[in-house]
Amino acid sequence: MNDTRTGAVDWAADIFDVLREQQVAQVAHVPDAGHSNLLKACEADNEMRVVPLSTEEEGMALLAGAWLGGQRGVMLMQSSGVGNCINMLSLTATCRFPLLMLVTMRGSFGEFNPWQVPMGQATPNVLREMGCLIFEVDEPARVRETVSAAAQMTFNGPAACAVLLSQRLIGAKSFAK
Amino acid sequence: MILNRSRAESYPLSRRDVVAQLLENRDDDLLVIAGLGAPAFDITLQGDTPLNFPLWGAMGGAVSIGLGLALAQPLRRVLVITGDGEALMGLGSLGTVAAQAPANLAIVVLDNERYGETGMQSTHTAMTVDLAAVAAACGIDRSITVRKQADMPAAVEAARKAPGPVFVDAKVRAEQLGMVLPPKEGTHLKDRFRQALLGPRAIS
Repeated sequence: MNDTRTGAVDWAADIFDVLREQQVAQVAHVPDAGHSNLLKACEADNEMRVVPLSTEEEGMALLAGAWLGGQRGVMLMQSSGVGNCINMLSLTATCRFPLLMLVTMRGSFGEFNPWQVPMGQATPNVLREMGCLIFEVDEPARVRETVSAAAQMTFNGPAACAVLLSQRLIGAKSFAK
Repeated sequence: MILNRSRAESYPLSRRDVVAQLLENRDDDLLVIAGLGAPAFDITLQGDTPLNFPLWGAMGGAVSIGLGLALAQPLRRVLVITGDGEALMGLGSLGTVAAQAPANLAIVVLDNERYGETGMQSTHTAMTVDLAAVAAACGIDRSITVRKQADMPAAVEAARKAPGPVFVDAKVRAEQLGMVLPPKEGTHLKDRFRQALLGPRAIS
């Protein structure tokens, strides 16, 4: 979707459209600034149940339960949260639950906070090691097709798919006063 | 220092009697998630059925699985039966449950104050942690502790019928009972559950 004034792609709105098309009913998340616009859209939608978690690993389990009950879900989180999920991804892998993760990247491009760097750098490898398919995107205009491709492979697989939304796309968080 | 925390060895309730009462006269309305280890064996002893989802791993995740299922199936009753060690690993999920307030979800912890599959080491509940108080503090108002048979009818009523979310900490004897193994192939457990619950929609 293009902003009519600036011509900029509203990639968060594009993700929301894909989630609607895919009939995603449960939106699990540990918040990230990069997901704030998407979360607002999901919270305003009557067909979506937004479920804030205390830690990301709850999301693998929650969405497994959703699938057992016939609903599709999505997990929104930042890259540091991927490390919290490692063993719970065994549930996803062993039972072959579909899992769509949209991960906003930290610690990868112009990061101000060095504490974000280790997990940010390890994120793609950790996810691959646990059997997830990786879709990296750093151009706003490619977000829609990337999330759509990942969602199709998730629910048609079933598969665990992680879209890594680049820090180049989101912009490094500013700590300037 | 080795702590001597032997009180649970003389608790009057036995976990298999508790589970037998929880699952008595169950019908297709009841969907059961069991935490890994003894709770999975205990529900299986009452009869393996497609609407049981016994875990063999995913420690700390049983409550969250129950929550996702309860939100997806608001007209069915969802009962999570798990152990104290498993519940302790996912304490935060009690807050997540309270925030969502599913009226059809009940959580029962078979609390023997031990890690039963690894040598009966004490869990935090053998020392200071009160799980029902934690659940209540998270915002699950209907949180109770049961310690004796006289408490059980009310606990069963709460777990099976009361408006949720419900949390029951069942203090049960620390004892090692035989294993009653459920199927462990994850895709089988998932597919049979979905087919029984959703019918033809499960495979699409």
